[in-house]
Amino acid sequence: MTESEGPRTPSGAERPLLSSSDVTRALRRMAHEILERNHEAPVCVVGLQRGGIALAERLARDLAEVGAPEVEVGRLDVAFFRDDLAARPVTGAGATALPDLEDRVVVLVDDVLYTGRTVRAALNALVEWGRPRAVQLAVLVDRGHRELPIRADFVGKNVPTAREESVRATLEGVWLERP
Amino acid sequence: MRIVVRGGEVVGPDGPVRADLGVEDGRIVVVGPDLEAPRDAQVVDASGCWVGPGLVDLHTHLREPGHEEAETIESGARAAARGGYSAVVAMPNTEPALDTAAMVAFVQARGRGACVEVAVAGAITQGRRGELLAPMAEMAALGVRLFTDDGRGVEDPLVLRRAMEYARGLGVRLAEHCEDERLCADGVMHEGALSGRLGLVGRPALAEELMVARDVELARLTGCALHVMHLSSARALAIVTAARAEGLPVTAEVTPHHLTLDETAVEGYDPTFKVHPPLRPRRDVDALVAALRAGSIDAVATDHAPHAPETKDRTFDEAPPGMLGLEHAAALTLEALGGVDAPGAAVAFFERLSRRPARIAGLEVADARSGLGAHGGALVIGEDANLVVFDPRRRWRARREDLASRARNTPYHGRDLTGRARALLVGGRVVLDGEALT
Amino acid sequence: MSVETIRGRSLLGLEDLSRSAVLEVLDTAETFVEVHSRAVKKVPALRGRVVASLFYEESTRTRLSFETAAKRLSADVLSLAVASSSVKKGESLRDTIATIDALGIDAVVMRHADSGAAQAVSRYVPHVRVINAGDGLHQHPTQGLLDAFTLRQALAERAGLEGPASGAALFEGLNVLIVGDIRHSRVARSDVAVYTTLGATVRLAAPGTLLPPGVASWPVEVVEDLDAALAEADVVCLLRLQRERGSGTFVPGLAEFTRTHGLTLERHARLKETAFVMHPGPMIRGVEIDSAVADAPNTLVERQVANGVPVRMAVLYLTIAGLAREAA
Repeated sequence: MTESEGPRTPSGAERPLLSSSDVTRALRRMAHEILERNHEAPVCVVGLQRGGIALAERLARDLAEVGAPEVEVGRLDVAFFRDDLAARPVTGAGATALPDLEDRVVVLVDDVLYTGRTVRAALNALVEWGRPRAVQLAVLVDRGHRELPIRADFVGKNVPTAREESVRATLEGVWLERP
Repeated sequence: MRIVVRGGEVVGPDGPVRADLGVEDGRIVVVGPDLEAPRDAQVVDASGCWVGPGLVDLHTHLREPGHEEAETIESGARAAARGGYSAVVAMPNTEPALDTAAMVAFVQARGRGACVEVAVAGAITQGRRGELLAPMAEMAALGVRLFTDDGRGVEDPLVLRRAMEYARGLGVRLAEHCEDERLCADGVMHEGALSGRLGLVGRPALAEELMVARDVELARLTGCALHVMHLSSARALAIVTAARAEGLPVTAEVTPHHLTLDETAVEGYDPTFKVHPPLRPRRDVDALVAALRAGSIDAVATDHAPHAPETKDRTFDEAPPGMLGLEHAAALTLEALGGVDAPGAAVAFFERLSRRPARIAGLEVADARSGLGAHGGALVIGEDANLVVFDPRRRWRARREDLASRARNTPYHGRDLTGRARALLVGGRVVLDGEALT
Repeated sequence: MSVETIRGRSLLGLEDLSRSAVLEVLDTAETFVEVHSRAVKKVPALRGRVVASLFYEESTRTRLSFETAAKRLSADVLSLAVASSSVKKGESLRDTIATIDALGIDAVVMRHADSGAAQAVSRYVPHVRVINAGDGLHQHPTQGLLDAFTLRQALAERAGLEGPASGAALFEGLNVLIVGDIRHSRVARSDVAVYTTLGATVRLAAPGTLLPPGVASWPVEVVEDLDAALAEADVVCLLRLQRERGSGTFVPGLAEFTRTHGLTLERHARLKETAFVMHPGPMIRGVEIDSAVADAPNTLVERQVANGVPVRMAVLYLTIAGLAREAA
């Protein structure tokens, strides 16, 4: 199959970098790491719209299963907090629903960490909602090319990429898509 | 022989003839082919041009006294000269109105210093309020031949009836702005689908038509000569045409803007296009153009209405009505007549812009009372030398920056025109030469 | 000419907007409804942007709605109180706009008693986005958009659809009846434009004097028999009798207007059970709408008011957010 044969879908012929079961294992490992890092502190797992929502829900379930106390889940839309609105106005944004964040450890969850600008926007948005005890970052894929001093605390897989490539990371697997 | 107009086609009432024209002491002294010019004579180049009687505008707002910020007699006259006019009829809706002999005398005196001849129209009623007759006889004694309350018509039919009966005895003509203000209901554009969509209150064509019909019937009753100003609706035109066919003493003018612009010009709410009567739909424009060509409209009159930018540049509702016309009317009339190559264009051009308006205004003979010379002549020896040299093929672009008028409210900015006055003689004096004022 | 999006453009009226441009506003407004439901209702989408509000005709409701919308988007709001400003001293619209423009603004929200005033401003300062908040008898585009938005929301709920409403399908074949002083209503002109663009059938009912000139050229049906039309309507939009514009002389009296065209309890009873009643406000109870009808459960008036903010957020956001910032 050649490069020109259209977009690859999760069901397509292209072999994923991570399979669905790889993703499941990676998330389970990250749950253990989160628990280890935060001991008994109450944790709120917050998925970033849209790619982080499903991952956050799975991660929260995993955390509860490995014994974390008082795990809560939230979702955060950062569309209107972005710094590139002038270039790319968004019209559809997702819902935001957060529990009380005071004195909790917030783990932001996203599918792919790239320039760091989405995380920057998320940190700004979080400030509007309260003062967590700490904010940590969990991503399924870190593909490099940071433009801001941001790093992930928990990473499913580091994937070196070229800028013109894109990465799709879901519960069903991780694919690298060339232009 | 002091001035020789050389190389043009002299347009008499029967058609153009290739001839030169000699002028001395304010009169035409010789007409003939290839005249020898004396060494000290001023030669006006008329090659490729029509040489005709100076244009006469029946409907000019000079704004002095009262609104000198918009126009003065002097600046308005300069605009007229640029347009090829040797005489204009100054409207009486100044502040105060020209409704007494003293006011008329004031404008006449100021007009004597202007570069074209300024005839005065007097008001029909005192203060143009439509209630009490103005002293028309006293004004007529100063040579006023046309009376009007223009800006509005005489709304009260009883007042107009008396004015007509009075005017008939004086041998003067009443000119009416025909729009029933009650029916206009403070409207600002033509009433129709477009006004409904734009949310602007409309002035129905009916307001014009009813008043034209009423005035025609009063003219029938009284025998008074009636001049219908700025005819704009096809139906009103039909009423006038029928009256003329019956032999009633009714004449009519149309403006250059009603011949060349239609109501769609106001779509952008630019108040430059606000005028009363309003710009009409295309079918009315087409009817007016056809009537102009057929000769059932006597004259093109500008309704030159200068407004200072600070008064005109407001919202469409707030801005005063009116637009400039003197400097572009001749080219626009030629366009409406079908251009230089239309059959009979030259004769029709001078009929509608000079000869018939001169007769309507009583300017076809000199008048010692007003001190005005004769206009709209046949270009024969002995006539007052009020002449225009008009280049009917000259192409140019109207630009508001180029206006001689003090005001800037021209609706033709950026429009490409064909035909322009190259030279103008007023009372035997060259006031325009090579398109420049002298 | 059809405008495909209002992004980066002025919003002067709704007649030129394509269906996709309208839907973009409505769908964006759904997003802002979600933002509105958040505990923290403010987003920084227009931070650093300046929106001037210029109301030559007082309208507390519309002005507050716009200013709230701008503030929720973190824009700075310059609110010019025309009544106490240099305008009262005779300053021209052109000079007022030039003065405000000199302060550095991205958009101006403009209400004026004269039709075309918003067009005039966009001619004076073409680099500023002008949002028409009502001009004379001409257009009131954000009211039209929020009416359509409110109606779509209500239709989606009644149809039991989950999540935010979207698309134009709910308007297909919908029978919208607009009743009252259409001649003097900029809302009617905007409503007619937006509903027909979205695919609804629009009917008008009014005394002959309160129909606009040239209504035959509008994409609507003018009905004589109000009672029959009510029975067929899916939504009835009522309009206030604009006595300040002289409507009082267009009908013999308020009582007669109420009898012939008011939504009385008797007429309300003729409506389909599923029909909605709308009114852009302010309502004059007892004239165009019976007080009990105004409070009936199928009346969307309060939702129209509530939706003013998200719809105006959408309009401000779309017209301004995509603009390149002016160099300082």
